[in-house]
Amino acid sequence: MIFWPEFSLSTQEIDAVTLSLWVAVIGMFASLPLALTVAYALARGRFWGKALLNGFVHLPLILPPVVTGYFLLSLLGPQTWLGAVFAKFGVQFAFHWEGAALAASVMAFPLFVRAIKLGLDAVDPKLEEAAATLGASRFWVFVTVTLPLIVPSLIAGMILAFAKGFGEFGATITLVANIPSQTQTLPSAIYALLQIPGGERGALILIGISVLLASLALALAEVLGRSAAKRVAGR
Amino acid sequence: MSLKINLSHDLGGITSHYDLMLSEGVTGITGASGSGKTTLIKALCGLIKPNSGHISLNDRVFFDSRAGIFLPPHRRNIGTIFQEPRLFPHLSLRQNLTYSARFQKFPPRRVQDLDYIINLLGLEPLLDRRTETLSGGEKQRVSIGRALMRKPDIFLMDEPLSALDQPRRAEILPYLARLCQESKTPVLYVSHAMSEIVQLADHLLLIEEGHARAFGPLAQILSDPDLASLIGLPEMGALWEGTLTYKAPDGLCTLNTKAGPLHLPNLDAALGNRVRVRLLAQDVIIARTRPMALSALNILETTITGLSYGHDHSVLVRLDAQGDTLLARITQRSAADLKLVIGLPCFAILKSLAVAQANRV
Repeated sequence: MIFWPEFSLSTQEIDAVTLSLWVAVIGMFASLPLALTVAYALARGRFWGKALLNGFVHLPLILPPVVTGYFLLSLLGPQTWLGAVFAKFGVQFAFHWEGAALAASVMAFPLFVRAIKLGLDAVDPKLEEAAATLGASRFWVFVTVTLPLIVPSLIAGMILAFAKGFGEFGATITLVANIPSQTQTLPSAIYALLQIPGGERGALILIGISVLLASLALALAEVLGRSAAKRVAGR
Repeated sequence: MSLKINLSHDLGGITSHYDLMLSEGVTGITGASGSGKTTLIKALCGLIKPNSGHISLNDRVFFDSRAGIFLPPHRRNIGTIFQEPRLFPHLSLRQNLTYSARFQKFPPRRVQDLDYIINLLGLEPLLDRRTETLSGGEKQRVSIGRALMRKPDIFLMDEPLSALDQPRRAEILPYLARLCQESKTPVLYVSHAMSEIVQLADHLLLIEEGHARAFGPLAQILSDPDLASLIGLPEMGALWEGTLTYKAPDGLCTLNTKAGPLHLPNLDAALGNRVRVRLLAQDVIIARTRPMALSALNILETTITGLSYGHDHSVLVRLDAQGDTLLARITQRSAADLKLVIGLPCFAILKSLAVAQANRV
């Protein structure tokens, strides 16, 4: 129990805050490599089905979150083939915290990809050409030129993905339900508190915490992004 | 060194086709915008894959459509200098210079001595500056050094000065000239500006609509009246070489050429050095008899070897001066008044101050 002069948080509510933080961070880092790859493919690649990939990536942004959650459940639920494969490796998505992390990363994915792609679009391909003529293979061009130059947008994307994952509700509750201290995230806890008479006070504290954390994330993004942008522009 | 180029490529509605064999020295490449120079350059350094053909440098095949060979840019070892400096903004000046060295970790390493580059390009005062504070000309010098670092087999300079203003060009040109002379590396120098090419090149390749219209020794191409429409009449003229034998106290220098001594002002070279001068056709006057009491100092005895009538009321007169060719551009009316015909002896008059030095210092 944490005591404020007037407010107090129950263990369940503390668990919800911690779980949301955990889920958002894990979801963000887990989807980073794929987001980077997809953004690079969309920005630089020339292949058949690029428009299709672009559309697919943006689906979670357009679909109702509950629908995305339903698709994830029917794809990775305990009775499905894919769910069974993951279960063999000890990873269960439905009604487990891993599912909440998955839902967070899936829902944040379009925003993540868009942020990175914006950065990639801003990198002058002429610099990459120059690097190639200086002996860098495509891989090394990416590592030594492209990647350092997109660090600001990478940070922006990560913060955005974190914030989106932290607040994800619809897909999460569909995939992992709302089990207190197990799969109950911050938004689910707020929702649950608002359903019971007299729960408004608890909900208000949690709302305050979300606003605070979101503002912190935004401030962090601003600071990191600025210093990275300065670095990229030439020290 | 022999660079074999045989390629066909479609780009932006122009079908380029080249069949060239370039060798030692500096080859100037010029042609109107959109004539297909870019296709040639990009195909050489591997930034585009031509539709068909073959490119090889000495025994190394860069591209062969039939054998299915295409070496990516990083495996060609061509030192490319672009129109823009293209410095990496996230790296320091020193890191920019040595960028290529990090891909040369394994033998055979080809890394140029950094001090040599810094000295050659006068980079010493810039080393501690931030790249974004450098001027356009300074940035371009760094990018030249960066390309040099890899000890390339061949240099490709794609309009390296055209983004700079005139003072900056004049600042960099001597460095390029020194580089061309010292490195012994063959250079392909693409430019619109004939004034740059005559200072650097030995050979000239003229490109028109994706084809090589003319290729040969620079002096020969510049004095070929048939190419006047392509090169531009004001650029036509002779390119002579001579030995600087005397510097008079009044600043006038004597240059010994095949056709005799030329008196020219302010030649920037030491006594005994070979100097290249450009005698533009429009600065040459023709007289049937030896003029008297004339301010021009250089009067050469010549014989007319060719007359090419242009569409602009002018005539390009080819003159032979003891084995060297001279070109004079006069009006068609003058040619008619003087009754100029092939074989006629006449005098060519050169105004000293009009002669531009075009040598490699």
